Amino acid sequence: MDMKVQKAKLGLKEKYRLMTRDLGWTPSYQPHEKLYPYAAYEGIVIHDWDKWEDPFRLTMDAYWKYQAEKDRKFYAIIDAHAQNNGHLNITDARYLSALKIFLQAISPGEYCAHKGFARAGREFPGVGTQVACQMQSIDELRHAQTQIHALSSYNRYYDGFHAFIQMRDRMWYNSVPRSFFDDAMTGGPFEFMVAIGFSFEYVLTNLLFVPFMSGAAYNGDMATVTFGFSAQSDEARHMTLGLECIKFILEQDPANLPIVQRWLDKWFWRGLRLLSLVGTMMDYMLPKRVMSWAEAWEIYAEDNGSALFKDLARYGIRPPKGWKDAAKARDHISHQFMLAFYQWSFGTAFHGWIPSEADLDWLSSKYPETFDRHYRPRWDYFKKLADAGTQFRNVGLAKLCQCCQMPCVFTEPDDPTLLCHRERVIDGHRYHFCSDHCREIVEHEPEKYVQAWMPMNQLFQGTSGGGGIENWMRWVNLVDGKDNGDFVGSRDQRNFAAWRGMATSNNGT
Amino acid sequence: MAVVALKPYPLRPVDGIEHYHGDQLVYWSWDHHLMFAAPFITCPSPSTRVVDFLEATIRPLIAADPDADRVDWTCVEWIRDHEPIAIDVGKSFSENGIGHKDLLRFRTPGMNTLCG
Repeated sequence: MDMKVQKAKLGLKEKYRLMTRDLGWTPSYQPHEKLYPYAAYEGIVIHDWDKWEDPFRLTMDAYWKYQAEKDRKFYAIIDAHAQNNGHLNITDARYLSALKIFLQAISPGEYCAHKGFARAGREFPGVGTQVACQMQSIDELRHAQTQIHALSSYNRYYDGFHAFIQMRDRMWYNSVPRSFFDDAMTGGPFEFMVAIGFSFEYVLTNLLFVPFMSGAAYNGDMATVTFGFSAQSDEARHMTLGLECIKFILEQDPANLPIVQRWLDKWFWRGLRLLSLVGTMMDYMLPKRVMSWAEAWEIYAEDNGSALFKDLARYGIRPPKGWKDAAKARDHISHQFMLAFYQWSFGTAFHGWIPSEADLDWLSSKYPETFDRHYRPRWDYFKKLADAGTQFRNVGLAKLCQCCQMPCVFTEPDDPTLLCHRERVIDGHRYHFCSDHCREIVEHEPEKYVQAWMPMNQLFQGTSGGGGIENWMRWVNLVDGKDNGDFVGSRDQRNFAAWRGMATSNNGT
Repeated sequence: MAVVALKPYPLRPVDGIEHYHGDQLVYWSWDHHLMFAAPFITCPSPSTRVVDFLEATIRPLIAADPDADRVDWTCVEWIRDHEPIAIDVGKSFSENGIGHKDLLRFRTPGMNTLCG
């Protein structure tokens, strides 16, 4: 007699089918449009969600297994780092400024990405896409958590880490990453996917993670390297998802092309503005540098990006509008930002400093076309003032861009001696921008940006702590004399030197 | 173009002059003087004489530049929204027609010690 034997284990293909595609159903109580109310309003047309191919075919059970394994390794190393005073292994306490910016500006962004992908997973009607978004949502939450845990080992010993949550919402420079993610999260699910899944994760994320993590390794920061490694395999999956999604959208209907192109133009530029902070970290805040921002831009944006847009040309996609201006800014932005942070260091929760002669020489060699001509004279003059005991502090508040919310520190694309000024009157109100591209983004959707909460403007409205610099500092949780100011003479500098002295000699006190 | 939304979404500006307690925002930028990382945002009263504000607020802000002492407010070239504009600094902001959120650039040709 033939007996039907139950298979002990499902094959991979079958498991994938049962645990992803088979989880969907056709609604009978409600019309499809009511179940997915945000699927059509952006104008993207999808004819067949089943054509979406999951590049990884990962199922939830396998996902949990892999992630748990990574978490176990991660926390073992973080424990060892804490128990062995790993914080004393970094090259120099100046390096901590890079970590402070990362924790204040980037880690909350991971959390926003978590929320955004959770929502996209609910709002996309395709089951394969839903499951992939759900996994990415959990990844992003894990990244935020591991980063916060890793950097908490530094918070025990150093200033500037303690209030990153409040500072995310209140500190003026953090309105840059905040507005970036708020903009993405208030878009529809397709724009969110093109913004974060593709433009940020695929086109630009290498510029953030690869040089920054190598920078951490070069500078003895085991905690950061560990969360970087733990996130790396997730990032590879995210990049593939972003690329897969954009190809899927473009293949579904020719009407999608102009919408996607506009989003690419917008999010490439917004991402570039955000990443100029990373350029500053790479060129100035790593005591031992891996490569310059210009070199990283050449490898990860110009070379890889050109190849990508060549590949996408068959769908009719052209490189983003700001591509050429981005290349022109490559040799300028990190200097413009560090000069700015130095003069505004009384209002930042990290330290600024004048680079040493050796560091200035390194910058001259990495930026032969621009540094000696435009930026070194300014550093030399700042040094002259500091040596004379009259350190330059710019107590003037800065004009911010209505779109990216950066202080308008950028120069004209073709004239590095003149700041770039752009403005536009919309419905009787005047708005200012850092660039043609930011202005164009606002002109296209003014409703979204005219309500931007601009930190400098709000100070004059009297809303940020009630007016006056002391109230403002209390309100942003900035501890004057500890979190802010010049690195030279800071508590971080003193403590690091003293503790390292105790760890490496008998000279500590 | 309008925002893509499920229902009407009106413009809701949050920076109108009504939020500034009778004052108004005015931005300033000294062309080709990049020691100052960005244009300044200030909040003078429209009835203040321009020269009084310049001496009390702007001159201290630019004092660290080696050219600052030589700036003569009656001789600088003023630019607003990419057009030259005549400003009588002895008169007030409102008498000069300087409105909320105007950006005033000033040029001092021949004077550029640091970024020349």
